[in-house]
Amino acid sequence: MSSLIKNITRFVFLILIQVFVLDRIHLHQMVTPYLYFLFILWLPFKMQRSWVMILGFLVGIALDGFRHQPGFHAAACVMLAYFRPFLINILIPQEGSETNYEEPSFASMGGLLPYLIYAGFLSFLHNAWLFLLEAWQFGNIWYFLVKTVLSTAISLVLILITELIFVRKQKFRTNTI
Amino acid sequence: MRNIFLFIRRYFNFLLFVLLQVICIALIVQYSKYHQATFGSTANQLIGNINKRYDNIEYYFQLKKTNDSLMKANERLYNQLAYNFNVPDTNIKQRVDSIRLDSIESFRQFTYLSGKIVSNSVSSQSNFLVLSGNNVSKMRVGMGVVDQSNAAVGVISDVSENFAVVMSLLHKDSKISGKILKTGETGTVTWDGKYPNVLTLNDIPKSTKLTKGDTIITSGFSTFFPKGLMLGRVEEVYQDKSSNNVKVAVKTAANFYNLEFGYAIDNVQQIGIRKLLDKAKASSN
Repeated sequence: MSSLIKNITRFVFLILIQVFVLDRIHLHQMVTPYLYFLFILWLPFKMQRSWVMILGFLVGIALDGFRHQPGFHAAACVMLAYFRPFLINILIPQEGSETNYEEPSFASMGGLLPYLIYAGFLSFLHNAWLFLLEAWQFGNIWYFLVKTVLSTAISLVLILITELIFVRKQKFRTNTI
Repeated sequence: MRNIFLFIRRYFNFLLFVLLQVICIALIVQYSKYHQATFGSTANQLIGNINKRYDNIEYYFQLKKTNDSLMKANERLYNQLAYNFNVPDTNIKQRVDSIRLDSIESFRQFTYLSGKIVSNSVSSQSNFLVLSGNNVSKMRVGMGVVDQSNAAVGVISDVSENFAVVMSLLHKDSKISGKILKTGETGTVTWDGKYPNVLTLNDIPKSTKLTKGDTIITSGFSTFFPKGLMLGRVEEVYQDKSSNNVKVAVKTAANFYNLEFGYAIDNVQQIGIRKLLDKAKASSN
């Protein structure tokens, strides 16, 4: 399957799952399960940063459409997309790994821990920026922090489950540099 | 000039990032001010259709619950039928009503327009419902919406050809005039964005005696809702040390988790009242 079709399918499915499954689960008022930004986490290494940001904006605005309030999720996704390359640069194990593999996963990031840091930090960033924008008039720092941390934990669990259910087989390609 | 281009090329990613963030924040600010933003009316159709399809499926799983609530609504309506009431014996006591000329003919102020709720949320800070159905074409921005048991749910904020977007009471900008049934004090009902199904009633003086379970109704001061619709019951009273008022936590009468049908309330006199208010404001300025 070509990378383009694969990513379009992911885009549609993740948005639908977010809107029609996760948004309807009312765990607790402090916890909002978010998974749709996995689309951005799974984008190929090779993709240019500006394109990642534009795609982030699109996936955010698509979810905002269902929430009838444009801007919030788009802003959070652009933030996430902007910081993605920094984290990849820090966490990637050795020179050239991002050219050996196509997209971020356990294997390409060199184990479970770096991948968890990658996913955890980015989902924290997404949730923090989102709740900060939403909470504009509230200004209760503890409420905001607890909500962000709990939502990030749930997001991480969801990402792990998704990774275990949908195993992405990635070819190890050599001589690509 | 060359330096400017170099600068833009060098920091292109950062500039794009800032640009996109600015667009997002502009959208947030603009949309919260003007509900008729172009985004709303165009995306409304596409997303409304997807929501409708999903709701068709979900509807089957809720049939039992829907039946129960419709049965209750029927019971309430049957109780209001004319043959339930006896005419008092007027031979003994006669009373002359001198206020209205024709006391038999009543006039209509409110009309209910039914709709199916195809989308609903409770988890975000600003929640919306979407109504669909044949009556949507008659709905206007600013109509109040109630659920099957006649409890207030929200106010219509945007209308397109086939869908009406309702700003839920669980929206941080929602403001509705509420009244304590027992004592008659009025205040503003808002939502603090924390617990779904719990609203806040503000501006109630400390002298008011409130107990848990007291009924809060709509006051009828705003043109959205008629007077006396159920808003909720008092859950807890918080003393505010800095002011002379108390804050009252109100458990909503409508259960926002499983809304199926909504009725928009058309206030026939709304336009007339608005005009008068505008005129009064214009003359006072």
